[in-house]
Amino acid sequence: MADQKLTIALAGNPNSGKTTLFNALTGSNQFVGNWPGVTVEKKEGRLKGNKDVLIEDLPGIYSLSPYTTEEVVSRNFLVDENPDAILNIVDGTNLERNLYLTTQLLELGIPVVVAVNMSDLVAKNGDKLDLKKLSAQLGVKAVEISALKGTGINEAAELAVEAAKSKKAAKPVAFAKDIEGALKEIEDLLAGVPEHLKRWFAVKVFERDDKLPENIAALAPKAEEIIKKIETAHDDDSESIITNERYEYIARTLKGTYGKKGAGELSTSDKIDQIVTNRWLALPIFALVMWLVYYVSVTTIGTFVTDWTNDGLFGDGYYLFGNGREEFTDAMNEYYAENVFTEEVVANVDKAVEAGITGAEDIQAAIADGDYEAFDEAYGFYGAELDEKADGAYSISEVVDTALGEDAELPANEDYGTWVPGVPVLVEGLLDAINCNDFVKSLVIDGIVGGVGAVLGFVPQMFVLFAFLAFLEACGYMARVAFVMDRIFRKFGLSGKSFIPVLIGTGCGVPGVMASRTIENERDRRMTIMTTTFIPCGAKLPIIALISSALFRKASWVAPSAYFLGMAAIIISGIILKKTKMFAGDPAPFVMELPAYHWPTVGNILRSMWERGWSFIKKAGSIILLSSIVIWLGSTFGWTDGAFGWNPDLELESSVLGAIGNGVKWIFAPLGFAEIKATIATVMGLVAKEEVVGVFGVLDFEGLTKLAGYSFLAFNLLCAPCFAAIGAIRREMNNAKWTWFAIGYQCVLAYAVAFVIYQIGSMFTGSGNIIGAVCAFAVVALVVWLLVRPYDEAKTLKTVKA
Amino acid sequence: MKTLRDVAIGDSAKVIKLHGEGAVKRRIMDMGITKGVEVYVRKVAPLGDPIELTVRGYELSLRKEDAAMIEVA
Repeated sequence: MADQKLTIALAGNPNSGKTTLFNALTGSNQFVGNWPGVTVEKKEGRLKGNKDVLIEDLPGIYSLSPYTTEEVVSRNFLVDENPDAILNIVDGTNLERNLYLTTQLLELGIPVVVAVNMSDLVAKNGDKLDLKKLSAQLGVKAVEISALKGTGINEAAELAVEAAKSKKAAKPVAFAKDIEGALKEIEDLLAGVPEHLKRWFAVKVFERDDKLPENIAALAPKAEEIIKKIETAHDDDSESIITNERYEYIARTLKGTYGKKGAGELSTSDKIDQIVTNRWLALPIFALVMWLVYYVSVTTIGTFVTDWTNDGLFGDGYYLFGNGREEFTDAMNEYYAENVFTEEVVANVDKAVEAGITGAEDIQAAIADGDYEAFDEAYGFYGAELDEKADGAYSISEVVDTALGEDAELPANEDYGTWVPGVPVLVEGLLDAINCNDFVKSLVIDGIVGGVGAVLGFVPQMFVLFAFLAFLEACGYMARVAFVMDRIFRKFGLSGKSFIPVLIGTGCGVPGVMASRTIENERDRRMTIMTTTFIPCGAKLPIIALISSALFRKASWVAPSAYFLGMAAIIISGIILKKTKMFAGDPAPFVMELPAYHWPTVGNILRSMWERGWSFIKKAGSIILLSSIVIWLGSTFGWTDGAFGWNPDLELESSVLGAIGNGVKWIFAPLGFAEIKATIATVMGLVAKEEVVGVFGVLDFEGLTKLAGYSFLAFNLLCAPCFAAIGAIRREMNNAKWTWFAIGYQCVLAYAVAFVIYQIGSMFTGSGNIIGAVCAFAVVALVVWLLVRPYDEAKTLKTVKA
Repeated sequence: MKTLRDVAIGDSAKVIKLHGEGAVKRRIMDMGITKGVEVYVRKVAPLGDPIELTVRGYELSLRKEDAAMIEVA
């Protein structure tokens, strides 16, 4: 029966080395996804050297209770899918608690093999484990392995395959006599339950488990009398009685099989922990670690690689290994100094600065520095401003256009080093070569390549971040983060680990949302996914900068107020959401293991990094691509001189997108910016937040009041994030309903905040109206009520589908 | 009633009974805090909550409000 297909479930506690073992067993034959409908990751893979054996990696769990999503998912798999065998990995340095799960796995009527991991550490600690005795006591095959060093793994796999083929179910552990009697009686009540599952369901009925299948739940009331009798005799509830029995069984089993040496002595891990979670040092160390993660993944490597991807690979091109970059920059600066920064230009800009034209200072500074890139950026933002004001008295566009126009002889990239053209350039060349028509060319380059580029631009940063997170998780520090920060975050319904996504979110919301993976509780995870993008990300900074300089003369309070707004939105959302029905169904006890510190392997970190990064590209990529194409169609189809058609050089106002913007702009009237451009800008912000600036330039802002401008800022900071981040939310939520709920909530909150700011602000500036103000106060009152209303923490898990 | 919350840092205590019900209680018991087990209170987090315990040879953290449900002697 060599070609028989076998399924082996890999089960074990978190931090027991399960992931390492799974990787060692399956190599690169892995498929990563999610369990249906929940945010829990699902991994399966084919056994190395035996492709007929499927290894199903269950989530890391401590028990098969009905109270966490991970546990329910695992239970359902074991009961419903009936795998051929369970390979149970237990941490040899922590046998007592690890075997607790084993006692439950033995009840499922499935063959079980126990793999005792970290056998090398057990020996090193001077502890003694009699494997033969343990195996005899448990009644299943047991094997010593070291997942890290790769010893014993083949043996474990062979034993598991053997057990699967033998079909010899494990025997459940024996409880006290009276309890066994009661369980027997309950088993007799369970008519119609498959024989091998009777023990399992009898125990679950005895525990009054609320995740029973309907047919068994219907039988459960009959057992009530039997349960009550035992409960009275033991003076405890049935669930506790069973738990006690299991631990007592383990204590009996380990007596004489397992000797722990050196109790009370401080291990290296203890010594590290004394410093890392020290009363005074913990917070500074935490701040330092966070700064390091942020600095490396977001500001240095992250930005460098992301810039290269966006401007180089998916831009004009790049220099191989960077050689030639400096020479080219020098040549460009020289060219600009000669041809662009002419006396006329310098004089006009100086005059503009004196006249207080918005942005003129930035252009002046770039000229003073002789920096062509800074000049291009400043001129791109504010050049039109100089043209418009004082009938063009300060205009420099004529000189700039001549110097940089098509006929100008600018330094060519190719002359300064090994220049590699970017993908769009290459694709354009290719399409030109096959005489592609303009429509397809534009679709491919602006729609598809642009869309793919938008995704890939975030990937390098994300990979760096994921490597960090994998390291922090694997070494044991992440659990300490939750330990140290819990006090602050639990007040907002968030986990101590929510700090990391928010921090990363200040750089980019996409990896921020993805970083929520490390939060083990599903409720906290969903909440964090929903609120992370409230914090201003890097791409929102140009919007803040633009409003600050266009309307508030770069007042120093504008940027901090944006961060304050983001933080407030997170805190308020946390408190409000945790009291809603959607979140009330999932209890969040903070009872957490603090695993011993240890060095993770490079292989595991790289693999974790790759898995997370790749799953983002796959899942989020399709959404981003599709949305980019839709937006591209909307902005290039429209009316040219009254005739509808496709036109790549269309003004946004006359495009389909513009028409839609015009149609829906009234929505923003209560927020003070019912303008067609503001509406289009908001929509374009979905492609990338910095697009808002491109569409809604300085000139348009000057038509707005300060209040409307700030309201526009508030709305754009808080509303639905860009498509890439929406894709990440979709990937992490793994559920269309939750994704839409998240996006909807963000938009509603953004609208409410902007509405309150504009309406109440208008009262102070004397332009307010009574109805608006009354509505605004009503919104404030509603929010206050949502914040303070009483609620009860949930006691049972309600959100899991069977 | 003396609870785990009242145990000073650096002291040990023996668990008598777990009060409360539902998810939190089950979780605490699943993690090995059951009747008769010896628990050592190792430290308290820098902000005053939660606390860190040693139980059954490993480290566990618990919020003070939950520790108050655990009767000890």
